[in-house]
Amino acid sequence: MTTVEPIRLLLFLVGAASFVGLNAAYLVWVERKSAGRFQRRAGPTEVGYAGLLQPIADAIKLMSKQLIVPPGADRFLFRMAPVMMMPPAIMAFAILPFSEHLVAIDFNVGLIALFAFSSFNVIAVMLAGWSSRNKYGIISAARVVSQNVAYEIPMMLVIITMLLVSGTLSLTGIVEQQAGAFWNWNLFNLAANPLMPVTFIIFFICMLSETNRAPFDMAEAESELVAGAYTEYAGMGFGVFFMAEYANIIIGCALAVILFFGGWHSPIGVFPGVIWFLLKLYLLIFIVIWVRWTFPRTQFYGLLNLSWKILIPVTLFTFLLSSVMIKIF
Amino acid sequence: MMELQPVHATGPQETFVLNLGPQHPATHGVLRIKLTMDGEFIKDAVIVAGYVHREHEKMGENRTWAQFLPNTSRIDYLSAMMYTHAYVGAVERACGIQPPSRAEYIRVITSELNRISSHLVWWGAYLLDLGGMTPLLYAFDDREKILDLLEALTGARLTYCYYRFGGVLEDVDDNFIAGTRAFVKEFRPRLRMFRRLVSENIIFRKRVENIGIIDAEMCRKYGATGPMIRGAGVPYDVRRAEPYSVYPELDFEVATDPAADSMGRYKVRMEEMEQSLRIIEQALDRLPDGPVMAKVPRVIKVPAGEYCYATEAARGRFEVRIVSTGKLIPHRIRLRTPCFGNLSLFEEAARGMMLADGIAMMGSLDLVIPDIDR
Amino acid sequence: MNNIFKDVAGGFISLMIGMGITLKEFFRKPVTVHYPRESLKMTPRYRSHIIFTPDEDGASKCIACNMCVNACPSQCIYVEGEKKEGARKKSVTKYELNFTTCSLCGACVEVCPTDAIDFSKRYNLASPDKERFRRMDLCKDLEERNRKK
Ligand code: SF4
Ligand code: SF4
Repeated sequence: MTTVEPIRLLLFLVGAASFVGLNAAYLVWVERKSAGRFQRRAGPTEVGYAGLLQPIADAIKLMSKQLIVPPGADRFLFRMAPVMMMPPAIMAFAILPFSEHLVAIDFNVGLIALFAFSSFNVIAVMLAGWSSRNKYGIISAARVVSQNVAYEIPMMLVIITMLLVSGTLSLTGIVEQQAGAFWNWNLFNLAANPLMPVTFIIFFICMLSETNRAPFDMAEAESELVAGAYTEYAGMGFGVFFMAEYANIIIGCALAVILFFGGWHSPIGVFPGVIWFLLKLYLLIFIVIWVRWTFPRTQFYGLLNLSWKILIPVTLFTFLLSSVMIKIF
Repeated sequence: MMELQPVHATGPQETFVLNLGPQHPATHGVLRIKLTMDGEFIKDAVIVAGYVHREHEKMGENRTWAQFLPNTSRIDYLSAMMYTHAYVGAVERACGIQPPSRAEYIRVITSELNRISSHLVWWGAYLLDLGGMTPLLYAFDDREKILDLLEALTGARLTYCYYRFGGVLEDVDDNFIAGTRAFVKEFRPRLRMFRRLVSENIIFRKRVENIGIIDAEMCRKYGATGPMIRGAGVPYDVRRAEPYSVYPELDFEVATDPAADSMGRYKVRMEEMEQSLRIIEQALDRLPDGPVMAKVPRVIKVPAGEYCYATEAARGRFEVRIVSTGKLIPHRIRLRTPCFGNLSLFEEAARGMMLADGIAMMGSLDLVIPDIDR
Repeated sequence: MNNIFKDVAGGFISLMIGMGITLKEFFRKPVTVHYPRESLKMTPRYRSHIIFTPDEDGASKCIACNMCVNACPSQCIYVEGEKKEGARKKSVTKYELNFTTCSLCGACVEVCPTDAIDFSKRYNLASPDKERFRRMDLCKDLEERNRKK
C-alpha cells in the first residue's frame, strides 16, 4: 500500500457518494419525464429549463419537512432504517468497475461482496415496515422478505452460471474477458450457453424484483398498501429510501452491464471507455423505467410462483446446460 | 386457481383489523371497509358506507319536479345522462308526455357516449388499482374527446343536466354529429390497442382470471346488476329486458361472459364499449328531423300515483320510483342505485381472499361512492 | 409441460407487445395543454355563473319578476327591484347570486321571460375570499363591464 492509496480511496468515496446522489436525483427527473412521455404528458416543465431543477426543488422541500416518528413506533429502528439503506448502496459502488482504471477496489471476490451489500436493503425495508407500527407497513415488511428470499435463489443461480462461463469472481476480470466487439459479450456467448439471452432476461427479472421495482413493487404497492413500509416516513426519511431505491437500480443495471454487456468495452471494438459503460447503464435503466410504466403489478403469490415454478427450474436448466457446454468445448 | 391455505390454518388464530379507507387509494372515494385480516388473507369484511350521504331522496321531497333535475346527474357523476334519463322518463310516463323521436335518438346517442366515457374511467382506474398507471392516461385521452363533444353540446363536462321533461335542452348541431362520427372511427382502433396493451397482458390476466368469482346466484341474492350479472353469464340488460326509449329499434348485442370472475366483468365492459359504438352509429344514421322538445306545460304537475322507470346505467339497473299526490312537489322519490347492490356482495365475496385479490375484485365492481351513499 | 412452455412463451410475447405499444406512444406528441400558460377556449354553450345580458344601451333587461328565484333549485338568487317613475315595468336594483351553492343547472336562464341572464364563459374562478362568490352582484358586474367598454 502506498501513501497515495488512502487519498485515492477517499476520492473514490466522495466520487461514489456524489455519483449516487446526482444519479438518484436526476433519475427521478428522467423517470418523471419519461413517464410523462409514455403517458403522452409533458412531465415536469416548470422548475428550470424542461424541469431540470425539479429534483433540487424536491430535495429542498423534503429536507425542510419535519421528521415525524409515529407514536408507539420503535424510535431507534425507525430512524435507523433509512440510514441502513443508504451506506451499503454507496459501498457497493466502490467495487463496480466503471472502466479499466476507474474502480476503487478491484478485489477478487467482488461479485460476492456486491451481493452482500445489496442484500442489506431487504433488512432496511423490513425494519422500516416493522418499526413504524403501521399495519400496512408490517404486511409490506413480510412481503419484502419473502419476495427477496424467493428471488435471491434464481439470481444466485444465474450468477453461478456466469461464474462457470467466466471462471472468475473479480468484476474487472469478467469484463476483461469480453473485450472486443459485441459478439464477444457474454450475452452472445452462445458457445458457452445457447440460452444466454434467457439467462439475461431472468437476471433482469430478478433484478427488478430485488430492487422492488414495478411490476414487482409489492413492498409499496400503493393501491393495496398505501405506501407499504414507507407509509409513515416523512421528509428526508422518505427521501433517503427513494434515493437508495435508485441507487440499487443503478447497481443492478451496472451488474447486468458487467456480466452480460461487456462493461466498458465498446460494441464496435474501438475506443473502450467509461462512456460506453454509462451508455449501456442508462439504456438498461431506461428499460427499467419503461417496464414500470407499461405493466400492472403482479399478484404476490404470482410473483412467488414465477420464481419457484418457472425461474428456478429454468435457471437450473441453463446452469446444467452451460456446465455441459463448457465440458464439451 | 391457486390453492392457498392461510398461514395459520392450524396454528394460533391471530387476526387484526385493517381499515381500508375512508381514505385509501383503492377505494376511489370515501368508502371504508373494515377488514379482519389473517396475515394477508381477508377473514371478514364489513362495509361502512355513508360518508358522502347527501340525502338526494329527501331533497326530492322539498323541491318541484323540475328542480330535482340537477340532482340526478350528481348521484353517479360518471353516468349522469342515464340517471337523468330515468328520472325524466318516470315523469314523462306519469304525465303521458311523448318526447319527439329526434329527442329520443339524441338521448340514446348521448347516453351511449356517456357509457363509453364511464367505462373508460373504470378501465383506467381498474388498471390503476392493479398498479398499471399508463392505461389511465390513455383512457382519459379518449374520454376527453367525449367530454369535449358533450361539453359543446350541453355546456358541462360531467353534470350535464341536458334532458328535460319532453325532450332535450338543445338540438344537436352538425359539429356534434361530425365529431361523434369521427370519434367512433378513431375509437375502434384505440379499443384494439387497449386490448393488446392490457387484456392480453399476461400479468394482467394472471391477476384477474379466476379471481373474485361472483356467480349469478350471488348477484341475484344481493341485487347486483349491470356488467356484474352479465359477467356471470346472465344476459340481463334493462335496454332489452324492459325496453325504453328507442332501444328496441336499434340492433346491438347484450355482452355476456360466463366466466363470472373479474376477467368476465372486464370483458363484458370492453365489449359494451364496442356495442355502444354500434348503437351510436346506428342512431346517427337514423336520426330523424324534427323538434327536440314536446309541448309540455310550463309548470309540471304529476297526476297522483306511483310510477317508475328504469334505465341501464353504466353500472347496472338504475330505477327511479316517484310517488305523487298531484302537488307541485313530489311526495316521494326513491332511487334504486346499482352500486349499492354491487358493493353489498363484497362482504361475502371477499371472504378468504388475499388483500391484493380483494382489491382486484373490488375494482371490477366499478364503484362510484356517491352512488352507494346517495 | 408443453402447456407451461406455451404459457411462458405466450406471456412473454404479450409483455413485449405491451412494451412496443408504450414505446410507440413515447415518441408521439403529448396531448396535454400546458395550463396556465395555454388554455382552451370555452365552447359557446359552456355554463359558468350567470351574468346579465344587457340591452342596446347597456342596461339590464331584468324586470325583477322573481321567476328565476323561484325556479332555482338551490335558492341562490336574490332579486330586488323597484318601479321607476314613468316606467311600464319594474327594473332591477339588486341581483345577488350565491355562486357557492349554485349548481349551474340553467333553470334560471331557461325560465327568464326577458332573457335577461345568460351563462358567462368565465372559468378561471378562484379567490382566497369566499365572500367574493357568496354575494356576486350582477348589477355591479354589468356596470363594470359597461365601464370597460
Ligand atoms: S344555474 Fe341553477 S342553481 Fe345556479 S342560479 Fe341558476 S337556477 Fe340557481
Ligand atoms: S333575471 Fe329574468 S327571471 Fe330573474 S327576475 Fe330578472 S327578469 Fe325575472
